[in-house]
This record gives sequence, C-alpha cells and structure tokens, in this order.
Amino acid sequence: MRSYVLRRLGQALIVLVGVSIAAFSIIHLVDGDPVRLALGTRFDQETYDALRSRAGLDQPLVVQYFDWSSSAATGDLGVSFRSGRSVTSLIVERLPATISLAGGALVVALLIAVPLGVISALRPRSPADYVATVVSQAGISIPDFWMAILGILVFARTLQWLPASRYVPLSEDPVGWLEHLILPAVTVGVVSGSVLTRFVRSSVLEALGRDHTRTAHAKGLSERVVMTRHVLRNALIPIVTVTGIQLAYLLSGVVVVEVVFAWQGLGQLALQAVQSRDYPVVQGAVLLFAVFFLVINLIVDLLYASLDPRIRYR
Amino acid sequence: MTAVAADRGGWRAVLGAVATSRLALLCLVVLGGFLVVAVVGPSIAPYGANEVGVAESLSGPSLDHPFGVDQLGRDVMSRVLIGARDSLRIGVVAVGIALGVGVIVGLLAGYYRGWLDDALMRLMDVLFAFPAILLAIAVLAVRGPGATNAMIAIGIVYIPVFARVTRASTLALREELFVRAARSVGALDRRIIVRHVLPNVAAPIIVQTSISLAFAILSEAALSFLGLGTQPPAPSWGRMLSEGQGFMEDAWWIAVFPGLAIFLLVLALNVVGDALRDALDPRQRSAMDAERRPA
Amino acid sequence: MSVTSSSDASALAGATDDAPVLSVRDLRVSFRTRRGPAEVVNGVSWDVRAGETLAIVGESGSGKSVSVMSLLGLVPSPPAQITGSAVFEGRELIGMSRSELRSVRGPGIGMVFQDPMTSLNPVLTIGRQITESLEAHMGLRGAAADDRAAELLELVGIPSARSRLGSYPHELSGGMRQRVMIAIGLACDPAVLIADEATTALDVTIQAQILELIARLQSELGMAVVWISHDLGVVAGIADRVLVMYAGRIVEEAPVDPLFAAPQHPYTRGLLASLPVVGRRRVDLEVIPGLPPDPVELPPGCAFYPRCSHRLDPRCSTDVPPLREVGPDHRVATFYEVPR
Repeated sequence: MRSYVLRRLGQALIVLVGVSIAAFSIIHLVDGDPVRLALGTRFDQETYDALRSRAGLDQPLVVQYFDWSSSAATGDLGVSFRSGRSVTSLIVERLPATISLAGGALVVALLIAVPLGVISALRPRSPADYVATVVSQAGISIPDFWMAILGILVFARTLQWLPASRYVPLSEDPVGWLEHLILPAVTVGVVSGSVLTRFVRSSVLEALGRDHTRTAHAKGLSERVVMTRHVLRNALIPIVTVTGIQLAYLLSGVVVVEVVFAWQGLGQLALQAVQSRDYPVVQGAVLLFAVFFLVINLIVDLLYASLDPRIRYR
Repeated sequence: MTAVAADRGGWRAVLGAVATSRLALLCLVVLGGFLVVAVVGPSIAPYGANEVGVAESLSGPSLDHPFGVDQLGRDVMSRVLIGARDSLRIGVVAVGIALGVGVIVGLLAGYYRGWLDDALMRLMDVLFAFPAILLAIAVLAVRGPGATNAMIAIGIVYIPVFARVTRASTLALREELFVRAARSVGALDRRIIVRHVLPNVAAPIIVQTSISLAFAILSEAALSFLGLGTQPPAPSWGRMLSEGQGFMEDAWWIAVFPGLAIFLLVLALNVVGDALRDALDPRQRSAMDAERRPA
Repeated sequence: MSVTSSSDASALAGATDDAPVLSVRDLRVSFRTRRGPAEVVNGVSWDVRAGETLAIVGESGSGKSVSVMSLLGLVPSPPAQITGSAVFEGRELIGMSRSELRSVRGPGIGMVFQDPMTSLNPVLTIGRQITESLEAHMGLRGAAADDRAAELLELVGIPSARSRLGSYPHELSGGMRQRVMIAIGLACDPAVLIADEATTALDVTIQAQILELIARLQSELGMAVVWISHDLGVVAGIADRVLVMYAGRIVEEAPVDPLFAAPQHPYTRGLLASLPVVGRRRVDLEVIPGLPPDPVELPPGCAFYPRCSHRLDPRCSTDVPPLREVGPDHRVATFYEVPR
C-alpha cells in the first residue's frame, strides 16, 4: 500500500510540473506583448512598466518560471492586469460558488445514475432499461448551455418556480443558496448523470454476471445480501473511478453553465479573464483547475486501493 | 490498408450490425440529412444568413418562417441551415487534427515503448489534466478567438484520447505473432506499423472518432456560445443561442431551434458511435450481453 | 491414476440405505434465442444416494452443468425454461419459490465451482465468505461463526486456519483457493455436494490432492457427491456411478468399473480412446472428429449420428434411441449392440 501511494504521488508530481509549465507558457505563447494587449487602448507607459516588472516579464524565461512556480506553490499567483488585485484572492472569492455548483451537480448526477443504472442492469431489455438508455443517451448529447437556457425559460420565466440566475452564498442565506443552486446543479448534473448511468449499468451488469455472484447465490444468501455485499460492492470499484473523472468534467461543465446563470464562479472568472486578456488570472485559473483534476484523480486512485484489496499489493 | 480491404466481409457485417438497430438506422439517416444540409444549406435556405427585415422582428414560427424570426428580423431557419456547414466543418477538422496527431503519438508510444512511451504519455497526461473546455479556452486565449483557432483548440483537446486508445491497442498487438514474425524477418518498423499494426488498431479508433466527433461539435457550439468560436457574420448555432438569450422570454423559438439542431446532430453521432462500438468492439458487447448467454 | 481402480467410497455406497437424497426425472432446460429455442437439456433422469458419488461426464456444451445448476435455480429463468421434476429429501425443487430454494442452497445442497479465482469474491476476506453462509442458515455470528469457519478451513486442510480467515482470495495459491471453495460448499453440512469441474483449473498434482480431499470428506461426512467433469480420467478415481451426457441427453449410464471395462456407446468409447493412459503412446490417442450439434437445431435422430462411425441401424438418423439395459445398472442409448 505504502509503495503504491508513493508511486502514485510521484506520477502526480511529474504531471503537476508539466501542468505548471503549460499554464506558465500561456502568457509567453501569446502573439505580441501580453501587457500591451491587456492594456489595449488604456495604454500608458508608467502602468505598462509597472505591470511588466510585477509580472517579472523582464527576467529570463527560466528565472521567470521558477519565480512564478515557487510563488504559486506558496499560494501567490501574481497580480491581475485588470484590477491590480492578487489573483489568489480573486480565485478564493469565487471558489465557494464553483464548489457549490460542482458539489450540487455531483449529488444530482449520483441521484440519477445510481438508481437508474442499477434498475436497468437488473432488468436488461425491459421497458425501464430502454427508457434509461434513451434518457442517458439524450443527456449525453444535449448541449449543457442549451439545457440551461431552456431550464431558465421554463422553470424561471414561464412557471416562475425558481430564480433564474446568480449565486447566493450559503453563509448569507441557506434557503436562497439552495433555490438558486437547483437549476444550475440540475443542468450540469443531468449531463454527468447520463454518462454515469450508462457506466453504473454496465458495471452492475458485469458484476451480476461474475462467477462469484453465482457462488453467492449458491450459498443461499438473500437477494438483498447478494446485491449489496457481492454485486454492488464489486461494481462500486469502477464506478468510483468514473465518478472521479466525472467530477473533473463537472468542473469543466461549470465554465459554460456559469456564464448562462451569471454564476460568479471560477469558470466565469476564467472566461472574463480570457476576454479581457488578463493573462495572470487565466494562468492562475487554468493551473487551479488542473490541480483540482490531479488531486481528484489521486483521491480516486487511493479510494480505489481501499475498495479493492488486490491493488494494495501490486 | 490491405488487411482491411481483405476483410470486406467483416465490414459488411459491421454495417449490417449497425443497421439491425432501428434507432441507429434512423440516426444514420438523420446524420445523412445533416450532411446534405451542410453541403447545400446556403442554396436551399429561403433567406440569407444576415438578411434582416424578412419579417417583423421576433415574429413567431409561421409557414413563411417555420423557425420564426430573430431579434434583428432574420429568418431563424435559414440561419440554422446555413450554420450546419461550419458546425460540421469545425468538428470534422478538429477531430482530424486530434486523430492525426493522437494516432501517431499512440503508435509510437505503444510500438517503441521505453523512454519515448513515458515521455509522450506523460505529455498526454498533462493535456488530459485540463478540463476540456478550459483547455480550449486557454488555447484561444493564446491564439485569439475565431473558427480556425477553435478547430485547433478542440483538436488539441482530443489528442490525448486518441493517443491512449491507439497506444492500448498497439501494446496488445505488439506481442501478436504476426507482428513478431514481421519483425523477426527484418521488416522495417515503418512498414510494420503501417502495414500490420495500423489496420488492426483501426476498429477502436473508428469508434473513438465517431464519439469524439459528437463531443467536438458540442465543444464548438460551446465555444461559439462563449463568443470564442465562429465569429460574425457567419451564423453559428452556439452564437445564435447566446445572442438570442436576452430575447427568449418573448421568442422561445430563438432559443429552441439552434439548440435542437446541435442536440439532434450530436445525438445521431452518439447513437451511431454506440452501434459501431457494439459491432466493432466485441469485448464491450460481450459485457453488455452477458445476461443473454446460457450458463 | 489407474483407470480401473475404484474409490474407497464405493464400499461405503453399498452400506447406505437405498432411498435417493436427490432424484431427477425427465429434466428439460431450454433457452429462448433469436433463432429459436436452444434445447440444452433434453429429458435427463438420475438418482444419487447418501455416501454415493455420481459423476456426470460430457464435453463442454453437453448440458451437464446446466442440468445441475437449473435444479437450484442458478440458471436464470426466464430466459431459461425448466420442466421435469427433482425431488430433494422429499421436496420438489422445480417450481419451488425463491425463498424456499434459498433454504436448500447451502444447508441442503452445497456447490463447488470450477475456477476458484473468479468464483470467490475478490473484495471480501475468505473468512467472511464462509461466515456469511453460517450467518444466513445457522444463525452463527461473531466469534462463534469465526470458530466454525476456522474449523472448516482446518477440515479442508488449510494450515494455520485461524490466521487465514482475514486473507483475501488473491493472497492464496490456486489449490488453497479451491480448498476454500470446498469449505464454503461444506459450510452448512449439506446432504449433497455438487462439484462443477472443481479440479479443472488446477494443475495435476493439486488436482490429485483435491480429489483425495473430497473422497476423505465424503467418507467422514457421508454426503452424496455429484461430480461434473469433462475429464473421464478424473472421474475414474472417485465416482461410484457415471452418466455420460451428449447434447443434453444421457447416452450411457453405468457403475464406474463396467463403464471403463466395457463401454457401450460409440461416444463413450471415443471419450475413453482420447484419454491418455500410462503405457499408451500419445500418437495413439484418438480424437472424435466433428463438433457437438447446435442446441437450436438438434438432429432428428441420435444427436451423435453426424459424428458416429457406426450408424448400424436405419433408425439412428430418424429416432432418438432410448436408454436400454445392457447389464446390471448399465444402460446405453443405442438401437444396437456396438461391436467391440
């Protein structure tokens, strides 16, 4: 187990270095002078020089990378070209909104996927299975921003059941937080839930067909025990992996959906930064998303090892 | 691709398998419809994409304007028909980029193993670590918005998937007898890869292509929706949705029809991709059909 | 292993009372397929008595496993259609409710499956996989269940049994895993133990150990054993009686010694001829040409007709030959006396 964890950490570290180089490179791959582009028509020499030196752009590349990455490691992601504020504080401000949305979406996704996937696996080729297959295929194919628009049109504007947009902090107004969260979380959750449904179905179906499930039946155990202790317990292993990957996709999905719902989260921050050519913020947001992904993957792999005793010894 | 050509009976079986699913067949027809529209769209569209004042702004669906009229008085159906070409083109070119680069990377990594494999696959891991849409946005942040850059951005996003699929199949194939035999008689690596390996890893790549095409079209729509993809005056489905967002309360048709076009195209691609997988990837199929097998 | 040796258990068989513990009559199993019903088991009847070992032999696809699994409801139905009768200790198994069947599985009839690697749950300890049976059927929990599980592991010859309870299947060798499977099959003291290709996945020396273990356990515990195998060589060492199945039918049925000494059915002879025996050269081994018939399109007559080298009766191709008595307890499904 120990060596497995260490090896996994080592791999993640290598990829992390690669990711940081990629994020760092963004500002240097831009065609032209990034500061000049960012300032655009508001150009004046004094601001220009100040921004350049604060971003360290007058240093050699290697020095710049080490400065940037060692600051990033201590939580300092530089200063926004636009607002002059620290990128870290901009990100931290937006974090609760994005975490609420991604977490809510994950709950929705699991609430859809687990029952639907298990039911259709237990009754393959039944009407319920067919409906689940069609629904999940549709959920995978629907553009999330379109579903967001339709959701607002139907549930906010026409029926007026739910608020249309905006994030309300949990600490300020828990009820408002939930009300505002429902539409965006369902939008993102339906897409992820659709992918997961298919996966839950095939995992459970696979576990049902395994020899040891037959052994469990031959022992005369009750259906419930066979299902939970033998089938689901084994099906859970691949499901956890894919749920982890889905969580990463959730983060990706929030970028566009946040825009539709005017959700003041990380995705919108990143997008606004791209549109206003605020490169330090782009770098910081991109790096953060990638680190999220790596951490989630690491957690998933460790969880995997705790669920599957075979892995611990490999 | 001699091996594939020799296996024509196999391909007919694949087509047959796709055709046995009524849903897949229907989706194949839908797909054909989109292709036709992509080719002839501009000439069958009753109005120009940017022809304004064809009717009163925001007038609803009617016989003259089946999809209604938008906020600037443009015919929504014409814009949807004309927009098909760009959507498909960007998706196809992007997947082409991902396919070309990804397959080469996967073949090299899987065939040569060793440090090259490690280096290439870690690089793919790095690309894979960024959420798809964010990676595309980051690429567009560097290169600037536009249809061409969107293709490149989406292409880059899907490289790792193709690399991984190709590498996995290549690794398995590398130890097969006929590849070892070819190597033992001193055949050139390039020749072995092109003549023996490539045709035999084609099946999973084809399946991946059709599924990636669906996601690439979704990504393009999302980027255009964010204003980073196809730029005006070209009509694009994603952009139509973002521009119409403010008017949808009074004119639902602006929000519904372009989205429906994206949805149907992506759905058709996904269903056909699934049918292809069932036909080409027997391992998946056997897992799905385990319940039908007698004990 | 000599072909003609009889097992130690056969002496015991004569000593038991004559009422069979499990009695199967005219069992039929078919599956619905796209091309029509696949008739996998076509009217099979047999009895097994306490202390007796019955071997069911045939190629894969002969219906031998299905015919036994279907008795316990382990063949999902539908899609399978199961008819006929199977009386276990006076209770009819076919058509029994699921909950009643559950009470038979384990304490009534125990099962040992082929591949112990896949037949054991990889994410549960072997101790748990034994105690869950004890929990379900005997109400044993906690330390009492652990004690019994350790006892069972000891019984099947696993050294330092108690410390093994916390092991996972992948930590054991193939032979040890199969011993665990047997312990699971025996956990609730079954009256019948069914072993489905229980030694097929093991190498030869381990195979011999497992066979010996089963024979020892049977003489100690006195249960009936139904041994399913494609390998007549394995069967020779442990069976009292042998059923030879082909395409879902019994083609020959005899006590073990006469079957090996004087096989009657061309198929049985083919199987015997393909058996490696010490002293016979490999090149002399015969293989029966052809493949078993498709269960969706069984030939109208004898199912073995297409592969048979005798075909001495015109009815062979048109009628299914019934089982007829050719010796004491020896029956064969042919229309004619097959020449030696």
